[in-house]
Amino acid sequence: MKTSSIKKTSFIKSKVVALLCGVLFGTGLLVSGLADPAKVIGFLDVSRISNGTWDPSLMVVMTGALAVYMSLFYLVVKPNIRAGRAPVCDTQYHFPEKKTLDTHLILGAGLFGLGWGIVGICPGPAIVNIATLDMSLGLFVVAMLFGLYLGKLIKSTQPDMVKAG
Amino acid sequence: MEFSSFAAALGGGVLIGLSAILLMIFNGRIAGISGIVSSAFFADKKLTDKGSSEKASGLAWQWFFIAGLVLTGVIYALVYEQLGLPAYEFDMVSEPMLLIGGLLVGLGCSLGRGCTSGHGICGIGRLSLRSIVATCVFIAVAACTAVFIH
Repeated sequence: MKTSSIKKTSFIKSKVVALLCGVLFGTGLLVSGLADPAKVIGFLDVSRISNGTWDPSLMVVMTGALAVYMSLFYLVVKPNIRAGRAPVCDTQYHFPEKKTLDTHLILGAGLFGLGWGIVGICPGPAIVNIATLDMSLGLFVVAMLFGLYLGKLIKSTQPDMVKAG
Repeated sequence: MEFSSFAAALGGGVLIGLSAILLMIFNGRIAGISGIVSSAFFADKKLTDKGSSEKASGLAWQWFFIAGLVLTGVIYALVYEQLGLPAYEFDMVSEPMLLIGGLLVGLGCSLGRGCTSGHGICGIGRLSLRSIVATCVFIAVAACTAVFIH
């Protein structure tokens, strides 16, 4: 009885953690400017380097995020995994099963890059900006959800064709 | 680049990294937004039954993360005018292009199993080969596309 109540508490805690992490993540997107499509295009459009209007801040955002994530991953998470310890609110760590390169990965990344380069919105900013109730963004989000569903269908019917690596 | 925008970019990046690593440390989960959205909307049985705690259920954790993101956006929408912050424009391209772009982003993230957050931060952050390759590909393609379109 006691173990199950502990499990239930950590289960509720994990949802509180998820909510708070969502708030923190969204705040980061808004503070950094990544939630602004104009800023993202200002970075992606590297032809602006030649006339001095290129905005490198996205690189700074990624550097800051990676510095924090990577250092804490190798200082905290990796030692925990090695010692066989579970995360605070779950019974195990969840990592992707795939480790090698395949055509779906390359093709998918290419298609995502194409879409991102056209509109300057990736999934995180799309969700954060829902609150603007902007019609253009709404079109994008609906199409994105359809795309995610389509991709899921393709993955379930078409296993990766060739192992590229 | 002005100092204020540099500081905002760095500070915002730190917050994003912190959020992602806290989700890993506490819940053992990857903060990949496309994956989170896809699981929330299109979870199949295999996914929700995975892991012991998920079965006890109620609303999946992914919905709580999404709620956090949306909540932040709601707060921003309520206060940006008072704080003199910008409102974002989403109509830099035509409506058909928005639809095509959205479709490509969704399809690409699903097939490639990750987006800017999942591959670009969490994946590279643990030196995953798949994520390093995927991030190089999508940034390169996005830059070429943006040069061509904008």
